[in-house]
Amino acid sequence: MPQLEVQDEGAVEAGLDALDTPVVATEGSRVRRIAGRVLPPVGAIVVFVAIWQALWAAAFWLEFKLPAPAAVWGQIWQLVTSGDIVGLFWVSVHRAVIGFAISLLIAVPLGLAIANIRVVRRGVGPLVSGLQSLPSVAWVPAAILWFGLNDRAIYWVVLLGAVPSIANGLVSGLDQVPPILPRVGKALGAGRFGGIRYILLPAALPGFLGGLKQGWAFSWRSLMAAELIATSPELGEGLGQFLHNGMSLSDISMVFAGIVLIFVVGVGIELLVFRPLENSVLRARGLTASAR
Amino acid sequence: MTATVDAPPSQLSPVRFHQVGKAFGSGRKAVVALDGVDLEVGAGEFVCLLGASGCGKTTLLNLVAGLDRPTSGRIELNSSRPAVVFQEAALMPWLTAAGNVELPLRMAGVPKAQRRAKAAELLELVRLAGLGDKRPHELSGGMRQRVALARALASTTDSADAGKPSLLLMDEPFSALDAITRDVLQGELLRIWRATGTAILFVTHDVREAVRLGQRVVLLSSRPGRVVRQWDVEDTPDAVDEINIALRKVISSHAAA
Repeated sequence: MPQLEVQDEGAVEAGLDALDTPVVATEGSRVRRIAGRVLPPVGAIVVFVAIWQALWAAAFWLEFKLPAPAAVWGQIWQLVTSGDIVGLFWVSVHRAVIGFAISLLIAVPLGLAIANIRVVRRGVGPLVSGLQSLPSVAWVPAAILWFGLNDRAIYWVVLLGAVPSIANGLVSGLDQVPPILPRVGKALGAGRFGGIRYILLPAALPGFLGGLKQGWAFSWRSLMAAELIATSPELGEGLGQFLHNGMSLSDISMVFAGIVLIFVVGVGIELLVFRPLENSVLRARGLTASAR
Repeated sequence: MTATVDAPPSQLSPVRFHQVGKAFGSGRKAVVALDGVDLEVGAGEFVCLLGASGCGKTTLLNLVAGLDRPTSGRIELNSSRPAVVFQEAALMPWLTAAGNVELPLRMAGVPKAQRRAKAAELLELVRLAGLGDKRPHELSGGMRQRVALARALASTTDSADAGKPSLLLMDEPFSALDAITRDVLQGELLRIWRATGTAILFVTHDVREAVRLGQRVVLLSSRPGRVVRQWDVEDTPDAVDEINIALRKVISSHAAA
């Protein structure tokens, strides 16, 4: 083949590559992008607070049922200025993080076993799915009778909330791996463990992250339920106990402040930890449609 | 251009089939995919397997690739690990183009610097030098298939098999691409074949493609797959027409059944 023709082939190919490469549209300026993301939720909160303020001003319900937004803010501000908020957050968040970490250690091997071993899938799989729909608060009485009013009882409840979610997320992530990928892996020389380490686990990552996110939500929820029910001086004061104290004192603004703080922590961890993690994983794989 | 898969001086056939049969299922419900297939691919030879649907072309490649086992007969493999290119590029979406090419080397425990160099060399071979950092979704279909080819070539080059002839298996690799891209990639494949001297077993259902690429075209019958006829493309003046007629005959024989 003459050299000229070979050169031409290369040029044709380079041209095709240039034409066929997917075009990535650029999304406006950085400021506008951030504003577009931040403004809608902020607007929604403003509207919500305005309605709340209006209802309170109209004295629709009695003051001890619906507090003024300013009174709730006052409660929170007092916690901030006195520094008590640090203690509340610390007690609850460190419990949630430790509970979540232990759940992870249990759920990952469990999920791997369910996904890969047929007997385990048939035997344990439905149990784990069933546990996911059982509210973990239901375990509080048993946990208190078994362990007494202490941290172990609380961790037990958190584990039963988070482990099924994380394990199920891993299983569904593994189940959704396109079958061509392990086949390709085998053709490229992957052994049993190489196939799991280099092909299956990375391929299952998006589903697994979804499970982690849900697992966090469940462990936070379970923790709050456990703290709310299992109150004792020994346990220290977390957000759940703060809420409980508000109820005992018939202080509705304190109760609302407790709810707001629990909400802020739950959403905050999701936004600061899980959302960026998920977005970067999805973006790297070109799955940006869901990464808005 | 540097040759990356060296053609050995020995004339050992990379792969030889001895009366190979493959059935799926057992008893009366068994489906016979391949029956008594005798086939040989010479070192550095380009062989196209041609057949209609259900001729067991893909089964045959899977047997050579070690993804499946024959139920009867045996396959004599004298090559290094066969490189496989599938119909879909099936790149790992979490890895870059270079990362995909490096994957088989990583699984074989090749040190990092060596992996890098090898991947860069193979990407240059498929004319994707400088695009190693791209993710699969940032590449066109044709580019993805070339990355898959580079990755497959990387999987054959483990040092343990040095000196053995190399073998590239391709399962309708261009059938999902548009006509222009297919045409260009066929030219590319011929260039890479000449540059590397690897033997190629190429499955297709397109007679023109088979005649353009292959030195030898092997026609398989359908259900069960048997070797019907073979042509040396060089010695057959009207290869496309002749093979087309034979293929139609094979297909129409199924209408009566």
